[in-house]
Amino acid sequence: MEMKTGLPTSPHYSIDHDPDDIWGDSRVAVNIGPTHPAMHGALRMVAKVNGETIEQSYCEFGFTHRAKEKLGENRTYHQFIVYTDRLNYCSALVNNVAYAMSVERLMGVSVPERCVWIRMIASEMARIIDHIVCLGIGAVDIGAFSFFLYGFHQREEAYTLIERLCGARLTTSYTRIGGLMGDAPAGWEDDVKAWVKKTRATLDEMDSLLTGNKIWLQRTVGVARFGKEDCLKYSFTGPCARAAGIDIDLRRDTPYMFYDKVEFDVPIAQNGDVFDRYLVRMEEIRQSLNIIQQCAERMRPGPVWSEDKRTRIPEKDLVHNTMEGLIHHFKFFMTGFDVPEGEAYTTVEAANGELGFYICSKGGPKAHRMRIRGPSIYHFQGLTPMTNGGMIADMVAGLGSINIIAGELDR
Amino acid sequence: MDINTPVSTIYGNSSEKYGEIWKKQVAELQAKFGTAIEEVRLPREWPVEVPVVYVRKESLIAVLDFLRTAPGFEYGFLADLTATDEEVHPRFEVVYQLLSHANMARFRVKARVAEGEEVPTATALWMAANWPEREVWDMFGISFSGHPHLRRILMDERWVGHPLRKDYPLRGYQIFPDTPAPKAELLDKGDR
Repeated sequence: MEMKTGLPTSPHYSIDHDPDDIWGDSRVAVNIGPTHPAMHGALRMVAKVNGETIEQSYCEFGFTHRAKEKLGENRTYHQFIVYTDRLNYCSALVNNVAYAMSVERLMGVSVPERCVWIRMIASEMARIIDHIVCLGIGAVDIGAFSFFLYGFHQREEAYTLIERLCGARLTTSYTRIGGLMGDAPAGWEDDVKAWVKKTRATLDEMDSLLTGNKIWLQRTVGVARFGKEDCLKYSFTGPCARAAGIDIDLRRDTPYMFYDKVEFDVPIAQNGDVFDRYLVRMEEIRQSLNIIQQCAERMRPGPVWSEDKRTRIPEKDLVHNTMEGLIHHFKFFMTGFDVPEGEAYTTVEAANGELGFYICSKGGPKAHRMRIRGPSIYHFQGLTPMTNGGMIADMVAGLGSINIIAGELDR
Repeated sequence: MDINTPVSTIYGNSSEKYGEIWKKQVAELQAKFGTAIEEVRLPREWPVEVPVVYVRKESLIAVLDFLRTAPGFEYGFLADLTATDEEVHPRFEVVYQLLSHANMARFRVKARVAEGEEVPTATALWMAANWPEREVWDMFGISFSGHPHLRRILMDERWVGHPLRKDYPLRGYQIFPDTPAPKAELLDKGDR
């Protein structure tokens, strides 16, 4: 009787042929991923391993490719908002804001002040959530579990605030072209301020728990180093570049929204190892909290929608009670609005670095080309040179510290 | 109301800040490279937000290297590399988004390329160009001469067709149930 073994039935595998035993010596090809708890998402690294040391490796991705750029050419500008949530799903709000900004730029639409302040709070909250995820999961990969729990409590609180803003915790779809889905609820600013205060205290606790910890230092200092020159060659941006001494922050250097009206510092470090990336992210959370505090204080009641008739979604009252309103509503959602001809590459400082939308419009309600430049693809490209010659466990630490998000990488 | 309408909350008005610098740089480029610069599109005159310079693909690497290193330019950071399908002849445009860390100005270089033609690789200037070039090959079928290992990146290596071409259907699914085995040659001589 034939036995079912449950082993892979792929033609590569058979009882007398092991495809991983390539060199016939002590070295072996090891598949790390695509589904492995230490790989953040469906990423695959194939490593030539000698004992515990990675001698050479190459990376593969695309396992969660959902053809977002193709969809961008086949959906109206309004319909594409929901797809931007699923890019970097740890900081969906930044993607929403970046996308809305890039379409508004093509159309020359200005949004009112309150809308900008809310967008800034939303982006900074998303940045904090993203950094907490990166640090927490990275620490879990290395073996520090309680650090993760401290951070994740505050993350859940932040998600509750976001839920009050837009009804969703993860896939927010909060921005609209020329405005927001809705205004922040009454008293929301005060809750944000209370959350900022509590998060500051939590952050100090997290800091004292891990930053001076001897085991943590041994696992992170000097590990997965990527210096300044390498970072420039590999187009690193965001905290990973700043950890290597590249003093660039798009919020400060190309001010967008009201970042030139708030005070914050840009932390940089010099060594570009896992520990420096950790320190930079920790300090960035603090600076983001400062920004949120200032935004919440300066926010005033007012409209959140642009007056521009092209992008304004008609009020429900008009839709239900007037013929013109109903037609407007129907036309808006069925055919979409026209974006004038033009092309723009609009970037924001997302949690992990430069997030850019390169949109080419030939007129009409759909984009001609919707290119999404996420930081992850450039960071993941640097993983092989960063970790060659190191241990497998150091590769895991390095991968955790550059925070690859498969949704943004695969698009 | 289009891209040249200044919106204060989106980078202020960058063409006011960099307009003169860009004009000078473009004039210098045209003086140096002459006919290799096919066309120049400046903000305000065209619906673009930064200068777009169309370069003949034979001189592409020389122009990019000049932009990268020449004093007064220093666009040393490759922010992005992508392509578009224009559905005319020549069919594609390869797009280089450059950023200067010296003054945070951006610049865009484009090269027109017909179907089946090759573009020289930029991996000698920026290692970062490696994967984006593979992606352009994968999505558009534009080949890069001199690339260390041009192969598909997002799609499976057995995939047929190039999905971001305008004539590729939106639902052109192809299913591959198993993952390819490790490639010894990549592990021996490296990926780049």
